[in-house]
Amino acid sequence: MFGRLTWQAIPWSEPIPLIAAGVVGLGLAAIVAWVFAKGYAPYIWKEWITSVDHKRIGVMYCLLALVMLLRGFSDAVMMRSQQVLAFHGGGYLPPDHYNQIFSAHGTIMIFFVAMPFVIGLMNFVVPLQLGIRDVAFPTLNSVSFWLTAAGALLVNISLVVGEFARTGWLPYPPLSELQYSPGVGVDYYLWSLQISGAGTLLSGINLVTTAMLLLDRYLGFHFFTNEMGGNPMMFVNLIWVWGHPEVYILVLPAFGVFSEVISTFSGKPLFGYRSMVAATMAICVLSWLVWLHHFFTMGAGADVNGFFGIMTMIIAVPTGVKVYNWLFTMYGGKVRFEPPMLWSIGFMVTFVIGGMTGVLMAVPPADFVLHNSLFLVAHFHNVIIGGVLFGAFAGYNYWFPKAFGFRLDEKWGRRAFWLWFVGFYTAFMPLYVLGLLGMTRRMQHFDRPEWYPWVLVAAAGAGLITLGICAQVIQLAVSIRDRALLRDITGDPWDGRTLEWATASPPPAFNFAVMPNVKGEEPYWGMKTKARELAHLLTAEPSYQPISVPRNTATGVVTAFFAVVIGFAMIWRIYWLAGIGFIGVYAAFVVFAWRDRSEEEIPAAEVARRDRENRLVRTSALAKGA
Amino acid sequence: MSAVSSFSPVDPNHLGHNDLSRETEWDTPGRGEGGPASKSVIVSYGFWIFLLSDIVMFSAFFASFQVVAGNANGAAPRFDLSNLAVETGCLLLSSFLCGMASLCANRRRLFGTEIFLLLTGILGAVFLTLEIREFVGLIQQHQGPADGAYYSAFFALVGCHGLHVTVGLLWLGTMMAQIAAKGLRPDMLRRLTCFSLFWHALDIVWVAIFSLVYLMRFAP
Repeated sequence: MFGRLTWQAIPWSEPIPLIAAGVVGLGLAAIVAWVFAKGYAPYIWKEWITSVDHKRIGVMYCLLALVMLLRGFSDAVMMRSQQVLAFHGGGYLPPDHYNQIFSAHGTIMIFFVAMPFVIGLMNFVVPLQLGIRDVAFPTLNSVSFWLTAAGALLVNISLVVGEFARTGWLPYPPLSELQYSPGVGVDYYLWSLQISGAGTLLSGINLVTTAMLLLDRYLGFHFFTNEMGGNPMMFVNLIWVWGHPEVYILVLPAFGVFSEVISTFSGKPLFGYRSMVAATMAICVLSWLVWLHHFFTMGAGADVNGFFGIMTMIIAVPTGVKVYNWLFTMYGGKVRFEPPMLWSIGFMVTFVIGGMTGVLMAVPPADFVLHNSLFLVAHFHNVIIGGVLFGAFAGYNYWFPKAFGFRLDEKWGRRAFWLWFVGFYTAFMPLYVLGLLGMTRRMQHFDRPEWYPWVLVAAAGAGLITLGICAQVIQLAVSIRDRALLRDITGDPWDGRTLEWATASPPPAFNFAVMPNVKGEEPYWGMKTKARELAHLLTAEPSYQPISVPRNTATGVVTAFFAVVIGFAMIWRIYWLAGIGFIGVYAAFVVFAWRDRSEEEIPAAEVARRDRENRLVRTSALAKGA
Repeated sequence: MSAVSSFSPVDPNHLGHNDLSRETEWDTPGRGEGGPASKSVIVSYGFWIFLLSDIVMFSAFFASFQVVAGNANGAAPRFDLSNLAVETGCLLLSSFLCGMASLCANRRRLFGTEIFLLLTGILGAVFLTLEIREFVGLIQQHQGPADGAYYSAFFALVGCHGLHVTVGLLWLGTMMAQIAAKGLRPDMLRRLTCFSLFWHALDIVWVAIFSLVYLMRFAP
């Protein structure tokens, strides 16, 4: 009846996950109770959960990423503290649990923090920057978000019901095959990725590779088993053919954030716009030609390793072009060192270091020494934290006023940045040293005295980053408290250059009362310059028309609910329940497809009211000679 | 709005689109010539992107099939070629009939559309039945997916295509019911376009499967 699920699935004997889950559960219950007690439930259902507005979905993606960041970061703190305590001892985390923690940390940070954060920022800002009213497929957007959230939920369920994978964030066979990982951990990994991956259509190869592992585990297939003609290295090849472009998928949007922020806070147009575009495209192409550098040690031979090593070094060239473009954008500008700009400058310094250690490892003989060592761990944290996460934080500080109508507190923003920045270097530079001293990754305990001081320093760095995260939480709380003072009245708090600053903060559901006429790559700056010269708004009040916006739908959240049912049922091999889940998903889609009205009309009077408000404050701002 | 830089060239990269001297009409609504694309264009374009990502997925299955098949010395079964011929004929003909349904829909002929869609579906179902029969036969001869990497790759690749056909049939049935209930509305026509793109793409994938998986067995 319940497949493999029994009461033993709950780890009664392990206090840490139980207490953690208890705290999370209580917190969730408290939030839900508060929402209902205050009568916010209808508002949250109508305006957020069923919303297909790209701005709302973007905000929810970022919120998911921030929550999961806390989860993934607590895993990191546990790993650092375990290594401190496990010198000549066992520490406080048994090996079994430790393995689950580093696997969950990697999976969560990549798939449920970095991905949702950049997707959220893109969702929020790209339609605004393009001067349009929504994404092409609003309902699909909502379904994608909720499926991502469903995947995240499954990962968190594994905390209490069963276990998570012990295989690392990419479950290499043969370790991840049923024979060596008989428990449900790898299944949790596979289903949460399949579900969230179904949401992001980009992930074709990842989907197929995890699907093949799934077939191996569920139906006794032999893609990657060592017996019967399967080939584990095929998994490693396939997963990295997806995995390497994936890291560029993560970092290229972050590069976009930096381009926006650096140009705005330097008061200058982006230097070398066309070379920037060319560099992006070059990275896109090259990112498909470097995957083998993740396993030079496979022994593909000198020629193959040489080719991939050289391609890996070449990819540093377009990246270098970008860094110089950002530097020259700042050169000669009036640079304003506000938090988004601090994150961007911090990125430039940090990312260049991370890039150079990457080029070091692109030399195959050097990689044979450094493979699987903490040097590698230091490298990819250096580029992912320094690149993607700093970018996400820059974007968070930069677009927060656009999303909510008030700025984030600057003082706490600076503190958060400096704590993170110093904390990052303290936590990860020692790992380079440890890697060169021969310490491998994923060690539950060790007994080499010469490693110990560096492990202590790294743990201190994790402590500083903890303070940085606290500062960010305080920043948010303080900003909400002082929102009246921090109010962004005009909709253009940073003297911006692109179209998202041409509308009110927060933007109305229809984004723009009249579609802006775009000429050139800095359309809003053009309008604003002209308006300042003439000291009045360029456009006479338009004749307002009613605007159609897509209707809200519960399709996304209902589909995600059934996806969780399917995932959970399949993990525990409760096949009848999975069948119900599939029927539920199908029914949700039929109900959605059957509806007759897909759009709602915002009356012209409402459009006029919202737009006149914004025109009024902008006119008075111009009159003050801003 | 403080701290405005005095450094503000209007067209820094000389792209030539931002010449404010001849700028008189910032208030022009719309986005240049032609305005926004129509919904049918956007939907078809989006569906093409989806199909491309689907083909990326199939290509990974194809690649792993080739890797595994290369290692499996003579493991491949003797496929029933007449079964294969009927399967292929069914699928190609159903694609043709799907095209006929689109032509009828473009002329707003509801009855003809439904009839051709029905025939498309029947042929798809015949294809699927034959495929399942082949699968069952193989499994009974101990050549099932758990009996070696070659069969794993074979069942995954061909089965993935079969799964697509199954989903297509489900979609087709739902859509026929909708067209019957709601008539050939613009949104139904858009879905019909997407369906025929999907169905033709499955045909193309089948041609690749037919050649690489079945016929290549006979290559010297």
